[in-house]
Amino acid sequence: MAILETHDLSKRFGRMWAVKKVNLSVEPGEIFGFLGPNGAGKSTTINMLTTLLKPTEGQALIAGHDVVAEPEKVRQNIGLVFQDPSLDETLTARENLYFHALLYGIPAKSREQKITMFLQAMELEHRKNSLVKTFSGGMRRRLEIARGLLHDPRVLFLDEPTLGLDPQTRRLIWKYVIDLRNRLETTIFLTTHYLEEAEHCDRIAIIDRGEIIAMDTPANLKSRLGGDIISMDTADNAAAAAFIENTWGHAVTSQQTGLSFKVANGEQFIPVLVKSLNIPIKTISVRKPTLEDVFVSLTGRNIRDEVMDEKEGMRLRVRARRTR
Amino acid sequence: MLVRELKGIYVIWLRELIKFWREKIRILTSLVQPAVWLFIMGKGIGSSFAASLTVDYVQFMFPGVIGMTVLFTSIFSAVSIIWDRQFGFLKEVMVAPVSRTSIVIGKALSGSTTAMIQGTMILLFAPLVKVHVTLVILLQSMFVMFLISFTLSSAGILVAARMESFHSFQLLMNFIVMPMFFLSGAIFPISRLPLWMRSLAVINPLRYGVDALKGVIIQLNENSIMLDLSVIMVLALVLVSLAVYVFKKEG
Repeated sequence: MAILETHDLSKRFGRMWAVKKVNLSVEPGEIFGFLGPNGAGKSTTINMLTTLLKPTEGQALIAGHDVVAEPEKVRQNIGLVFQDPSLDETLTARENLYFHALLYGIPAKSREQKITMFLQAMELEHRKNSLVKTFSGGMRRRLEIARGLLHDPRVLFLDEPTLGLDPQTRRLIWKYVIDLRNRLETTIFLTTHYLEEAEHCDRIAIIDRGEIIAMDTPANLKSRLGGDIISMDTADNAAAAAFIENTWGHAVTSQQTGLSFKVANGEQFIPVLVKSLNIPIKTISVRKPTLEDVFVSLTGRNIRDEVMDEKEGMRLRVRARRTR
Repeated sequence: MLVRELKGIYVIWLRELIKFWREKIRILTSLVQPAVWLFIMGKGIGSSFAASLTVDYVQFMFPGVIGMTVLFTSIFSAVSIIWDRQFGFLKEVMVAPVSRTSIVIGKALSGSTTAMIQGTMILLFAPLVKVHVTLVILLQSMFVMFLISFTLSSAGILVAARMESFHSFQLLMNFIVMPMFFLSGAIFPISRLPLWMRSLAVINPLRYGVDALKGVIIQLNENSIMLDLSVIMVLALVLVSLAVYVFKKEG
């Protein structure tokens, strides 16, 4: 039985549907990735799933509990790591966990043991009595993940868990997340902007303009695209694109950096292309499709193309300031 | 279920108290402002104008300054919600399996507790202004302080629940809190004021708190203490319910 499911979940703000008839079904123990450009409806969906926002229509069930009818039962069964920091900086790491334990009614006899266990798992044990304001961005994230898991939730929501962190810390966070999933069998529902990280997910749903446009394993999504991607830059990209389209019928995408198009077998196609194209080629490369390509082919955009709106920019700055 | 909610209230309350206790310097510096009011303003006004009062002006002002401390502490404690929102911690509380009602009550109780502690510290100045405070008076005034600050904290939460920034907080201070203080009877008696000022004072919750404190500490109340306390309690109920309502609507 699914641990998280939605039936035509929808949310309207004014006259605009932010989320339209979303149907999801996540199995226990899965790492489920929820991807989409900014403003696609990711946060709105997460807010509905976590009882922070009431759906306009449709239904969402977590561990069998309806998010509208039984919000407190749902809250007991979920852990959350928000996009923005949500720790009390004036308290110590241990105190943050202690208050969380009290809020979630963790019995006194297992409280200390659990706090210690998760602090150790996140390698924060040695700093447990330091105020959170002295923590680095990565440490705060780890503490938030520890806190999100403290009350044994069935589903852990991670909203952009690695946003604003350096690559090394991001890898570390992923190591912890995967370790913990393997150990505790917690279902993980996450959103991310980093498509290379989405490769860690068992399954992925892509949302665009409030609607789910694809849902599958990363491998299936990529193989659905078929073949290889050839990227090239020539002396006259427009002419080259026209030539390729006319001769072989491949749809060519023009970007600032050059052209790219999809062929069944890249290694065999390159010699043929080089022989027949009369325009000087500056660079050419062949690669297997990535999730980024899947995303572009489905939405016609790069995931990070969007102009950052003011609020987003401010949020990143605030976070940068605080995670120094 | 009830036990669960009580625990929730306790956690919210405990967090605020730990934070309060951690800022011992702030507790001490917060005594400076009332002292200035009492010993500089009080002495100054007392020696110039207040000859018509039956008691020494500084003594007259003493309960009022306690009321002022309770007012400011309550409001500051309530607007810590804005801090919690800005630093994200509010979200952690909002997704916890604790009802909105418990969150509001926990906040209001922590505001009342800290305000009561601060007010009681002012009460310790009593010998300096030659006011005699017995144990009974001490307990009675602590009770009044607690009630009035529960009301004021609830009012503060009601306003802060909708506030995103501290700019609006400054407005609140200037347009509501300061007039509330001046029309509370803390620095001049209400009964001799022009009608329009008296009418405003009637709807001022602090007016009843200050009056009750005056009754308890220097036996100089204008209303009956029973009336004062009843009004405060009714207001407390109304305001805390409204605050819960607004919090629930927020999501």
